[in-house]
Amino acid sequence: MPFGYVSPEQSMKDRADYARKGIARGGSVIVLSFDEGVLLVAENRSRALHKISEIYDRIAFAAVGKYNEFENLRVAGIRIADLRGYGYDRRDVTGRSLANAYAQALGSIFTTEPKPYEVELIVAEVGRISDDDQIYRLSYDGSVADERGFAVMGGAAERITEHVEAAYRPALPLSGALRVAVQALAVDASGAAQLQTEQLEVAVLDRTRQRARKFGRVSPARIGDLLTTTAPAAEAAAESEPAVSSDEQGVDALAPLAPPPGTSPDVEKP
Amino acid sequence: MADDLLAGGLPRAFRTPGNSSFSEFLTAHAPEMLPGRRLAGSDQRVIDLPHGTTIVATAFPDGVVMAGDRRATAGSYIAQRDIEKVFPADEYSCVGIAGTAGLAVELVRLFQVELEHYEKLEGIPLSLDGKANRLSTMVRGNLPLAMQGLAAVPLFAGYDPESHVGRIFSYDVIGGRYEEHEYHSVGSGSLFARGSLKKLYRPDLSELDAVTACVQALYDAADDDSATGGPDLARRIFPVVAVVTAAGFRRLAEDELIPLVETVVAGRMADPGGPRAPLH
Repeated sequence: MPFGYVSPEQSMKDRADYARKGIARGGSVIVLSFDEGVLLVAENRSRALHKISEIYDRIAFAAVGKYNEFENLRVAGIRIADLRGYGYDRRDVTGRSLANAYAQALGSIFTTEPKPYEVELIVAEVGRISDDDQIYRLSYDGSVADERGFAVMGGAAERITEHVEAAYRPALPLSGALRVAVQALAVDASGAAQLQTEQLEVAVLDRTRQRARKFGRVSPARIGDLLTTTAPAAEAAAESEPAVSSDEQGVDALAPLAPPPGTSPDVEKP
Repeated sequence: MADDLLAGGLPRAFRTPGNSSFSEFLTAHAPEMLPGRRLAGSDQRVIDLPHGTTIVATAFPDGVVMAGDRRATAGSYIAQRDIEKVFPADEYSCVGIAGTAGLAVELVRLFQVELEHYEKLEGIPLSLDGKANRLSTMVRGNLPLAMQGLAAVPLFAGYDPESHVGRIFSYDVIGGRYEEHEYHSVGSGSLFARGSLKKLYRPDLSELDAVTACVQALYDAADDDSATGGPDLARRIFPVVAVVTAAGFRRLAEDELIPLVETVVAGRMADPGGPRAPLH
């Protein structure tokens, strides 16, 4: 064997190991479809550097791994979406085409650039009904998975997936879906037994919202309300009356970017 | 070039670092998609394209009201009876347009994407002054066409979350930006509308009063300017009226607007000159 020769198999494996190591260092992200939309939950200690972002009317983006690399892809995604919406029509911007674009970019970076991107992405699109929700998970090498119901990514994805699988049911109310996600994230070795609301970044693509742009962030105060005050009530509601009227106060009260603190429509009525 | 970018995949242009402006991204990578870019530079004066006519705006203590008539004219010919010339720019601002309709509508679409693009990339919306200045730059980009007679002049208004008031900005064809106080109007019927608003405006107008004042002003504009359309009761075509307050942009629904317009028209049946201001 000539000196310095590396077989293609070994080279790809080295790159994949390198990318996986980088991704494993950060917190994880869970995206789940619930009755009124798609919920995105990330373990994120920073208030300013987001892992979750709005891309277009019905499309959101979530990422784990190296910030500068996924930020670059996030900006590219917003540019693609806005250009398509401007060049064609708002309805012609789809999660599928965006996921394809990301897959091609990540695939070509993985094989041709000096180092692969240490990122994983989720592109989520909220449908008019729960069955139409789409969640695409993209890996550092450009492979795409079309997930049903929920998707998990990050270093501890496998263990977190087990937890979500056990607790997840379709058409959960928002508070129920959020509790599934938060409890699953807490099993990650890097986190404490219980995550504080300040360590969470939460956003929703809310299909019930009147305006075209369905994306809204959930403030820490409201995360706290959803997790604590309503937990027993929501669970009871979800278990006793299947799906129909579950949590109809829902996420209507989510203001565009930051809902006023103290508004908690899910609080039990006296 | 735009065809490449729209074809799918993720061309390098999308990942090239740049600023948060969508129109500057277009200028750099797909200039042919900018409004009116292909028309600029021809010596021919283009006439008889559809023109949008009168837009009025009035501030009131909770925000600002903007209204536009529905007529587009090409020369002395009525090109469209039900054109819409008042649009939301984003959640807290609106823009109305007078001038060459084809260009103006494109300008508004680009402006809407521009504001949304910035908000998504930066995570926070532009300040109201930032939005007004951005629109100024875009109007200035249209200057070569304005010199050929294809002018598009916007009127911009919004709710300023920092000072908690409604503010109005007018523009000239070279992108000059002027903050207007109390009320303003642009377009062919604006002389009459402004005169009307001068007599109707009070600093303590309620939202409903501010809407009524705008509808009255548009009626006066239509009364004396042939290019401005009045309320068309036979075809049920009414002005577009938008209200922007702390609660955001809201376009008045027909069931709110129609009774109000019918009251204004009924008043004019009794007295065609409309409400009279006291002499002293």
